[in-house]
Amino acid sequence: MRLSELPKGTDAVVDRVHDAHAADPIAQRLRDLGFVDGEPVRVVAIGPLGADPLLIQIGSTRFALRRSEAARVTVRREAA
Amino acid sequence: MSASTLRIALVGNPNCGKTALFNLLTGGRQKVANYAGVTIERKEGRFTAPSGRVLQLLDLPGTYSLEANSPDEQITRDVLEGKYPGEARPDLIVCVADATNLRLHLRFVLEVKRLGLPVVLALNMVDAAQRRGIVIDVPELQRRLGLPVVETVAVRRGGALALIERVDGDVPVAAAALPDDAASRADLHAQVREILSAAVTMPRQTAAMDDALDRWALHPVFGLAILAVVMFLVFQAVYSAGKPMTDLIGEGFGWLGTQVAVLMPAGPLQSLIVDGLFGGLGTVIGFLPEILVLFFFILALEESGYLPRAAFLLDRLMMSVGLTGRSFIPLLSSFACAIPGIMGTRSIQDPRDRLATILVAPLMTCSARLPVYALLIGAFIPMHHVLGIFNLQGLVLFALYLAGILGAMAVGWVIKRIHRDKSEHALLMELPSYRMPKLRDIAIGLWERGAIFLKRLTGVILALTVLMWFISTFPSPPAGAVGPAINYSFAGYLGHGLQYIFAPLGFNWQISLSLIPAFAARETAVAALATVYAVGGDAGTGGLAHALVANFSLASALSLLVWFAFAPQCMSTLAVIRRETHSWRNVAISFSYMFAVAYAASLLTYQITRLLT
Ligand SMILES: Nc1nc2c(ncn2[C@@H]2O[C@H](COP(=O)(O)OP(=O)(O)OP(=O)(O)O)[C@@H](O)[C@H]2O)c(=O)[nH]1
Ligand SMILES: [Mg+2]
Repeated sequence: MRLSELPKGTDAVVDRVHDAHAADPIAQRLRDLGFVDGEPVRVVAIGPLGADPLLIQIGSTRFALRRSEAARVTVRREAA
Repeated sequence: MSASTLRIALVGNPNCGKTALFNLLTGGRQKVANYAGVTIERKEGRFTAPSGRVLQLLDLPGTYSLEANSPDEQITRDVLEGKYPGEARPDLIVCVADATNLRLHLRFVLEVKRLGLPVVLALNMVDAAQRRGIVIDVPELQRRLGLPVVETVAVRRGGALALIERVDGDVPVAAAALPDDAASRADLHAQVREILSAAVTMPRQTAAMDDALDRWALHPVFGLAILAVVMFLVFQAVYSAGKPMTDLIGEGFGWLGTQVAVLMPAGPLQSLIVDGLFGGLGTVIGFLPEILVLFFFILALEESGYLPRAAFLLDRLMMSVGLTGRSFIPLLSSFACAIPGIMGTRSIQDPRDRLATILVAPLMTCSARLPVYALLIGAFIPMHHVLGIFNLQGLVLFALYLAGILGAMAVGWVIKRIHRDKSEHALLMELPSYRMPKLRDIAIGLWERGAIFLKRLTGVILALTVLMWFISTFPSPPAGAVGPAINYSFAGYLGHGLQYIFAPLGFNWQISLSLIPAFAARETAVAALATVYAVGGDAGTGGLAHALVANFSLASALSLLVWFAFAPQCMSTLAVIRRETHSWRNVAISFSYMFAVAYAASLLTYQITRLLT
């Protein structure tokens, strides 16, 4: 499942980040920010207009990601 | 600089307290605020260690990774790799990490370690970590990282003693430089996880306070309502808290002027002092309270951590007009002054988003325009109450600010249309922990703003005012001349010449003339008008506001207000646009689009108001 499809408040674990195209800087930055296999993530808030952007908590950090950015991350729902 | 001066660079993730540490060590006054991307340039300072050694310290923009994504991150990478022009590679890196956010920050520490330079880790914000019950086993951390680790609290006096002692000692041995490739990058995360499980215990991933506040602040409905209320309150406070003081100061200077007039013989010198200095500068200085109230709120909001939340709420809206949530903070600081606003866009990664933000930033009503607005509104708009609670003067001021914002949205939308590109624009913005602003820091910030304002006043504004007085007084009219003497002065000729351009907007020659010094500094328009009217003898006794009402129609006044809402920004702003975008073309675009918009909007305002009144 993609991170952009994860319901708000549900715990999940990052699977991996997919490059949207070759040498995708956004995907690389997401990996550097800690979106790597096994990290627990959660959607903590959703933007008021068009349900965009998403506020993602990963570890103890909160990042605002647009849906298109969050769609690069696949997650699994498993008890972390 | 002696060759033996140790050169230390502060690096780390954004918002971990590098600049706070820099200020604490060097006694500097660089900007500290609670959001990512505050520092956008390298800043140098020095301090003397207890041993008597002088150490040179470099504050750098924060970055998540050495794979730079934006212009500010690029600076940090270049300095660390020794590629920054005119800057040797640092001898020692002090890597700063937020102790409450180690999972993210330690990865960067490991990345920096691979550069092969000596590194000391400053574990900052240990006060906040302690409050949250986070326990860090420093010796274990040190052993696992293979780096000296010291704890710091950058916002407390004496909070960096351990760090000073460490950097004053022997330079630690550098780890071997390692190549940077995708596989080893991925490996860094695994290492961080291992280190964390061995050295750090966290009772809770986040601060309970942040979660509670965010439930309200980021709520789809309440969040927007709170944002609207916050903005409106700031605005009301600027107007209602500042106004009485402004009136008081204005009257004080008026009184001083009359006292001096009695003491001095009549003549050009008396007119310079009474009309130019007390009348002109006195009027401008009266607006200091409004400006300070505005800065009070901006400083408090910046430190609170609320601004990135506002950016989160508004991202979608801003995106629809070709901007980004990341534009929010630069645009908000443009309400103080467009110059730091434009410089702040360096933290926007996307070039198109950044350029759009730079082009619209001057449309935000900067604090230098406040005196002009307040003067004209006070003179022309009655104190009516509307719907019981609002007063008409406040509403007009609000409308002018709103005009700037709507104008910016329209311009952003046009840029988006013209500059179509398929590329994706990232947001990727960290929301920091909330922090209680410290009164002392705000007081220092306000003191500095006040000092800058007074320096401007006694520098460029004073000089321009004297110049305006000079050209309004000389040359004296020839013998046998008819009409007011000022018509024969340089100012008279210049103003009447300019009036050909501005007459359709309802500007008389005095106003047209005052637009020239306003281009150097907005506030000078007020001082210039005060001077010209006083020298021309049209000022009467009631001060500038009365002189304006006597010489000026409502239509002209509204037209002038609208002009200032959109008019081309001051020279310094144009210079910053040139510096930040490296292009005269952008300067020309910016100047001409604003001139065209301002001209058209003022023309409409003048002609429509004339029809209606
Ligand atoms: N409680 C606490 N707050 C701190 C400490 N150090 C810094 N802060 C706060 O952290 C925030 C960020 O501080 P800065 O010094 O601007 O951070 P920076 O690393 O320079 O940030 P960038 O320039 O954006 O990279 C501010 O709100 C500071 O008041 C600390 O030791 N304890
Ligand atoms: Mg900084």
